[in-house]
Amino acid sequence: MLKYIIKRILMLIPVLLGVSIIVFLIMRVLSPDPAPIVLGQHATQQAVEAWRQANGLNDPIYLQYFHYLQGALTGDLGTSYYTKSPVTKEILARFPATIELAVVAIILASFFGILIGVISAVKKNSIFDNAGMFLALIGVSMPIFWLGILLIIFFSGYLHWLPSNGRINPLLEPIRVTGFYLVDSLVTGNMNSFKDALQHIILPASALAMYSMAIITRMTRSSMLDTLQQDYIRTARAKGIEEGRVIIRHALRNGLIPIITVIGLQLGSLLGGAVLTETVFSWPGIGAYTVACILKSDFPVVQGVVLLVATIFVLMNLLVDVIYGFLDPRIKYSKKEV
Amino acid sequence: MKVKNSSNWSESLVQAAEYVERPESQLKVMWETLRQNKAAVVGLIIIGLLVLIALTVWGSELMGKQILPYDPNYSDMSESFIPPNASHWFGTDQLGRDMFSRILAGTKISLFVGVAAVAISLTVGVILGAIAGYRGGKTDTFIMRLMDMMLAIPSILLAIAFMAALGKGLDKAIIAIGLVSIPEYARIVRGSILSVKENDFVQAAKVIGNRSSRIIYKHILPNVISVIVVRATLGISSAVLDTAALGFLGLGVQPPFAEWGDMLGRARGFIFTAPYTLIFPGIAITITVLAFNLLGDGLRDAIDPKSRIK
Repeated sequence: MLKYIIKRILMLIPVLLGVSIIVFLIMRVLSPDPAPIVLGQHATQQAVEAWRQANGLNDPIYLQYFHYLQGALTGDLGTSYYTKSPVTKEILARFPATIELAVVAIILASFFGILIGVISAVKKNSIFDNAGMFLALIGVSMPIFWLGILLIIFFSGYLHWLPSNGRINPLLEPIRVTGFYLVDSLVTGNMNSFKDALQHIILPASALAMYSMAIITRMTRSSMLDTLQQDYIRTARAKGIEEGRVIIRHALRNGLIPIITVIGLQLGSLLGGAVLTETVFSWPGIGAYTVACILKSDFPVVQGVVLLVATIFVLMNLLVDVIYGFLDPRIKYSKKEV
Repeated sequence: MKVKNSSNWSESLVQAAEYVERPESQLKVMWETLRQNKAAVVGLIIIGLLVLIALTVWGSELMGKQILPYDPNYSDMSESFIPPNASHWFGTDQLGRDMFSRILAGTKISLFVGVAAVAISLTVGVILGAIAGYRGGKTDTFIMRLMDMMLAIPSILLAIAFMAALGKGLDKAIIAIGLVSIPEYARIVRGSILSVKENDFVQAAKVIGNRSSRIIYKHILPNVISVIVVRATLGISSAVLDTAALGFLGLGVQPPFAEWGDMLGRARGFIFTAPYTLIFPGIAITITVLAFNLLGDGLRDAIDPKSRIK
């Protein structure tokens, strides 16, 4: 198993190198010159030249990439053209907000997705099943950002129950321990902050969760329908085991593998969805920030973020494969399969 | 003589195999099964209506005739933010433009971008996937690793990066959305080709000396066409969603043209004062995406032999 994991991690290196090349090419070869954008339209030719020189943009492209890679390997992703602060610092300041949002979203999506999926499968073709499947269909068909807008209109504008933007009331910001407000406020015992942070995260996390929930619901339903037809389920029922136990301990447990895959893959795609959700809810995370940086050609930040997100994405895929092994002992990671 | 015999044998084998699995029969069976799926038929009807609206709007624009209740791009500030009523069914926006007319006009753009983007990703993806699957070896590894790299970047981020590089506008949005979906098609086509490649009729076609491109085009692709059709149908729904997302971020179609995502993005500031300006464009996007999803799901069930037996 360990050998398999190490091999897979080694295989990630070329993929990530490739990702860095793709992003580098898009941002530095295809994109327009950032100098006039950063310095403004009225910058003099000399100023533009000096700026390009200072940022290494006059070097040949392969040398620029080499310098970038050299820095990246030592944890230096360059400095932002605008704030002049290191990209790693810029990312670290915003990343916890995005991760917190994505984690809450995946918890919501998994809980409701599995719940609705199981009910739909057990009560197949009933009104619950139809309603669940309709919800799942709407979930994959609705733009995330529009759902966010609807939630704001209803829960903030109409009912005045929940805040429509931001992460927390600035006066209630907890002492920074992990950067995750929900965790930090709990750790420091600041319940007012916890409540406020929770109120702020509910709407954006729900909007972000909807698509993943729909996918998880569909997968759970079809996986459960498969397992519920197996002989061991009939055996369990014949033994007189209570139905709820048969469904959870016997059917769901065996049907979990494809569900786990989907959840793992969704966590990666949530980071993409965060781009839109964060924009709608003015969530101070990495997604909305990256869009802003792409639009103002802040190359170093964009490269850093995309590399980070891609790393998380491929690591999640690896994690899913490893979890398989634990869930289903029949899956062996032999040399051949690698 | 021996060689001739073998060639005759192969020829008839290819013909026999193709008779069994000829493309028309596959699509025909797909259609027969699809017709019995109510949800898919509903999807198909909605798509039909949307296409009709789009073509009517387009045709009337070409002929210079005003067929919509109002000119979708005509703004009159004195008419701004009128809530839905008898003369403006969906109300008017911040510039006093009729929302109903703008949403109908937006159908044309959304469908056009969706279909055009899928055409790009389909063409490039099928070619890359076919080469990778058929050739195998280093070519396969190279192409598929490149696809893996693209898949590791969230598609919306990649699309935004392409837009930043290419510039704003409808044509660029089509290219960006088309480019980011290439890997999905390449993967599906490669997988299907790998499963078809070892069949006797392909081997037979090889033995009688057909060129690789001919074997792929004439013998393999027709057998994987149904999988591609399903993916393309679902692909249009994600392309419509991506178009709306780019529009919402202000990167897609530029004003004054009506595009649903762009309408939502520009009305965002009025979320509490004029919420109806944000309701209808979203409904339009959802219905369109829903219709293609219904049809795509129906098609997927139709090509699944398990559900066909049912």
